[in-house]
Amino acid sequence: SMIVLSRGGGGGGGGGDGSGLSSPRWQQLASRPLSLSAGLCGSEAPPARADATFKVTMVPGDGVGPELMTAVKEVFKAGDVPVEFEEFHLSEVQNMASEEKLDQVLTSMKNNKVAIKGKIHTPMEFKGELASYEMRLRRKLDLFANVVHVNSLPGYSTRHNNLDLVIIREQTEGEYSSLEHESVTGVIECLKIITREKSRRIAKFAFDYATKKGRNKVTAVHKANIMKLGDGLFLQSCAEVAQLYPKIKYENIIIDNCCMQLVQNPYQFDVLVMPNLYGNIIDNLAAGLVGGAGVVPGESYSAEYAVFETGARHPFAQAVGRNIANPTAMLLSASNMLRHLNLEYHSQMVSDAVKRVIKQGKVRTRDLGGYSTTGDFVRAVVENLRHRPVH
Amino acid sequence: MASHSAVLSMSKIISPFWGGRLGNTVKVFGTTLTSRRNKTLHAPPPAKYGGRHTVTLIPGDGIGPELLTHVREVFRFSCVPVDFEVVHVNSAVETEDDINNAITAIRRNGVALKGNIETKHTMPPSVKSRNNLLRTSLDLFANVMHCQSLPGVQTRHKNIDIMIIRENTEGEYSSLEHESVSGVVESLKIITRNNSLRIADYAFQLAREKGRRRVTAVHKANIISGDGLFLQCCREVASGYPDITFDSMIVDNTTMQLVSKPQQFDVMVMPNLYGNVVSNVCAGLVGGPGLVPGANYGRDYAVFETATRNTGKSIADRNIANPTAMLLASCMMLDHLKLNDYASLIRNAVLTTMNETRLHTADIGGQGTTSEVVQSVMRVIQSKGQLISEI
Repeated sequence: SMIVLSRGGGGGGGGGDGSGLSSPRWQQLASRPLSLSAGLCGSEAPPARADATFKVTMVPGDGVGPELMTAVKEVFKAGDVPVEFEEFHLSEVQNMASEEKLDQVLTSMKNNKVAIKGKIHTPMEFKGELASYEMRLRRKLDLFANVVHVNSLPGYSTRHNNLDLVIIREQTEGEYSSLEHESVTGVIECLKIITREKSRRIAKFAFDYATKKGRNKVTAVHKANIMKLGDGLFLQSCAEVAQLYPKIKYENIIIDNCCMQLVQNPYQFDVLVMPNLYGNIIDNLAAGLVGGAGVVPGESYSAEYAVFETGARHPFAQAVGRNIANPTAMLLSASNMLRHLNLEYHSQMVSDAVKRVIKQGKVRTRDLGGYSTTGDFVRAVVENLRHRPVH
Repeated sequence: MASHSAVLSMSKIISPFWGGRLGNTVKVFGTTLTSRRNKTLHAPPPAKYGGRHTVTLIPGDGIGPELLTHVREVFRFSCVPVDFEVVHVNSAVETEDDINNAITAIRRNGVALKGNIETKHTMPPSVKSRNNLLRTSLDLFANVMHCQSLPGVQTRHKNIDIMIIRENTEGEYSSLEHESVSGVVESLKIITRNNSLRIADYAFQLAREKGRRRVTAVHKANIISGDGLFLQCCREVASGYPDITFDSMIVDNTTMQLVSKPQQFDVMVMPNLYGNVVSNVCAGLVGGPGLVPGANYGRDYAVFETATRNTGKSIADRNIANPTAMLLASCMMLDHLKLNDYASLIRNAVLTTMNETRLHTADIGGQGTTSEVVQSVMRVIQSKGQLISEI
């Protein structure tokens, strides 16, 4: 079977007895040690020995995805994180993609609600199917919101330091509609779809995110001066939703100017919300500001599901097997996933360890100007885990 | 091509009339939202992303803040996927900014859990009850309370199982009072056909859903003809539910019957003020205000609180308040969010503490403190969690 159950947490056995796809909902109901003070001390509490494990779907994807997942599994194992992965290898370029495989992933997601995922590479040539597996998975799960938190890493200096901005991208419509046709020979029309319902939904997501994280400003990014109807509707929807959040400042900016402002004075932005393609560009641009694709985590949400991945989604195929990929982004994303699962303590432990290694600056992968391998970096992170149980 | 040019020409034609491109958008895409263009959003989607809900938390006054701290602790402990947006309402100021903020917060999250906000009678009469303002602004027309005897609690009557459905937005709580002649004050009680039909239908639907047999309308139609309208509406609705028996009872007789033979009642439906009186009587019958949860439902929003809405100022901050009602209210909220597994986990733990452990607070004749009861609830949750995850 292609399903690999790898146990991240230590402790008792059980779990991986083929109950894979129909895992009982109860497994999610892990409880923490009994202490009223635990809540007050927050993450300073002693390691929580959860009584049940959380199951998470894992799709390593292409390129360095599998190597990054190995890094996550090693760190989780060393930190006794009570998470168990259900692994699915879905890939278009390695001939490992089929309807059946996609269905397996979807079934697993329906049970687990949470996934960690690498980039599934999409070949550029057209083979009769316009929507890639990446897109189909996104649509089937209705993962409409992509969040990339661009945060400078203390200790790694770039042109702009102390950056802290959030990019929220609609990723189910817009230019990614997969609706293209040749109306007359030599003339191709690509349809960009903007709907009121989805625009309001992403706008509300952005404002809800800002409320939850205590942020002050949401900026809508658009090109309504040219696409007066499509982007105009997006902009109008954002303005309407903003009325529900009187304490959060609302602004808008045109996409081209936004790009210029981001490289000149990125500190003016707080939360940015935008349609699909602009989001793709801004995600990559902003990741570049703080150190590139290897260091920025990302996540995608629907009402029901959450998928954790890297902020700039690239397979980085040229690095496969060379042990040079930077696992920082995926590890930070895994830490965010733990927070989503209510495992606040473990989440903090993993992100603290990663940040400490970066700050110390001794172990750095090539993309950050160092000479260390992926393996070195993971070992350094493991050594920096707090309260690491002795094995 | 044809449709493309049609869009363009249409926008040119309509543009001056709609005063901008936003009007065009509405027109061109033919949505029905034209009339709402300038109004506030109509029931946006609830704040639920990646399976996690955001719920507005209004601590209120008196024992509210401590009880809600305990609810949050139990939620954290049970890994409930709910985040709270805490909104404070200061009952000491005359302005309505705070409560308007709270109402907006509920509009964006859809659901709230609240403690009672004190209504100071020393304030000028222009200051309306914050609680009432919240219910009417959000049109939370149905107040639902389920009074059930708990085997672990000593009371005069056994086997009580009554559901009380109270109209929550009109009647005597219209806030329409004036002094027509010096020394003569008129308070208006408003009964409308629409609202009466709505609450009656709600009551019968709930009765059918819960497998109840009988609905009793409580009124004073022998004196007040407004109640006659209410009664008539109940009769009309009852004719659509032949499987459920309908009868009516005058309010004074109802209270007498309740304290002498409460077992005769099943589901009760009534206008606002009678609901207030009857629900307090019923709460008293099963053990007092610390035990019974209450819910307020509207078409778009739901607010959960203790059934009798007491502030409990005299016992605030002394660790002696009974947390049961608020914990059970939080379970009703979890049921509303369709987190039924979590709801029954916590509800069973609360009832086990009450009926088997018999750890009681002083209001029902016990020696326990609030935090001891909460500790016991969490201990039961922990034991249940282990038990179930091993199956």
